Amino acid sequence: MIKLSFPFTEEKVRALKVGDEVLISGVIHTGRDAVHKYLHEGGALPPGVSLRDGILYHCGPVVMNQADGSWKATAAGPTTSIREEPYQWQVIRDHGLRGVIGKGGMGDKTLAACREHGCVYLHAIGGAAQVLAECIKKVRNVYFYEQFGAPEAIWEFEVEDFPAVVTMDAHGNSLHAEVFAKSQAALAARL
Amino acid sequence: MSQLLDSLVELIRRTSAEIPDDIHRAILASLENEKKSSLAANAFKIIDQNIALAKNKSQPVCQDTGSILFYVDVPVGYDQIAFAETAREAVTLATKKGYLRQNSVDSLTGKNDGTNVGPGAPSLHFHQHRSPEISVKLALKGGGCENVGAQYSLPDDALHANRDFDGCRKAILDAVLQAQGKGCGPGVLGVCIGGDRATGYELSKTQFLRRLDDRNPEPKLDALEQDILKTANELGIGPMGFGGKTTLLGVKICAANRVPASYFVSVSYMCWAFRRQGVTLDAEGKIGKWLY
Repeated sequence: MIKLSFPFTEEKVRALKVGDEVLISGVIHTGRDAVHKYLHEGGALPPGVSLRDGILYHCGPVVMNQADGSWKATAAGPTTSIREEPYQWQVIRDHGLRGVIGKGGMGDKTLAACREHGCVYLHAIGGAAQVLAECIKKVRNVYFYEQFGAPEAIWEFEVEDFPAVVTMDAHGNSLHAEVFAKSQAALAARL
Repeated sequence: MSQLLDSLVELIRRTSAEIPDDIHRAILASLENEKKSSLAANAFKIIDQNIALAKNKSQPVCQDTGSILFYVDVPVGYDQIAFAETAREAVTLATKKGYLRQNSVDSLTGKNDGTNVGPGAPSLHFHQHRSPEISVKLALKGGGCENVGAQYSLPDDALHANRDFDGCRKAILDAVLQAQGKGCGPGVLGVCIGGDRATGYELSKTQFLRRLDDRNPEPKLDALEQDILKTANELGIGPMGFGGKTTLLGVKICAANRVPASYFVSVSYMCWAFRRQGVTLDAEGKIGKWLY
């Protein structure tokens, strides 16, 4: 296990390779379908949000309002990332992202942006909403709650030892491309 | 009505927070089968921890609490309209309690009013039977696995899939290949051969109401189920698409009549976070027994 802590510098991220298991600590932001489309269409991040040297988490959490007015993430696993493939490269380029957490992997455009700008794709365990919510120590803020609804909002989380696997690195390697090619060949031999 | 409301909220809570035993057993057996300390084995360990944590905390196994699908068997003369109203109320209440995510979006306005109730949501399927028993089965099907569902119209030239069982096999295995880990594998396939486009998908999803360890009473379908399961698990896709020996936990296939011009193979994918439960209810709506 490799500890990956904020700030997520280019140097730290470029040292990672496909297959590395990491534990992420620090501040991360969520963003999924609505946020990506919004940024792609030229929308600005809300004041106070910076993704530079940051990690964006493809996640639509269940977040409950507590009696003292604070928020608590009670279920927070990753959502399928491939839907952001048309937009992700641009968000990496324009906002200086160093990591994207999601599930299912992404395509060639994102892989190229990871290599060019120094970013990695971090695969969390899909469906593991409770294990991952336990790693969210604090919900620091929420943006676009009214505009996009709770699952699509930008949530600012403080995480500790959040487990993920590097499945696309900053050197052009993708576990997803590799597994697809192997499984395609294995299937062809069985038809 | 409040007894029925309480029972349905409890059904939703348990469906969202607890993986049924048949699925959990298959997950544990698959974990044993993966190479120690591999990405696949480590993924299974987190999955197993997550199952325990969700149950203990009574919180959603997965934050995507999915499309809410009720399958309700009722005696002749039962008031389905009243049931549907109570089911909608139960969904709203379960959402407030955090058993369900605010998960239903108006497709025209893009608004999410936080109730999980709207046109087509929740989805209610009633069947009348000549028995006094009322049974309610519930499946919560997340969007990730729903998105990797696929429908093939045979013949399919690109797949060299003709209108026969071998063509069905090619179509179903193509769906497994295309899904990779995106549907939160290892998953379970529900398949319908035949039907029209709507009933094909509809029946494919009812296959998820079968127990994972059952066997298909129709020998041809049983053979196809076992073949697809074995072949899929030789492809090396593995949990989450990380590579490994477990690509699917199960395959369930049914057949429906078709018109001569159509030959659909409809494939629905259910993630490992296989949320389905069921109860029998008495006339007042009190829970009798749990079905899974």
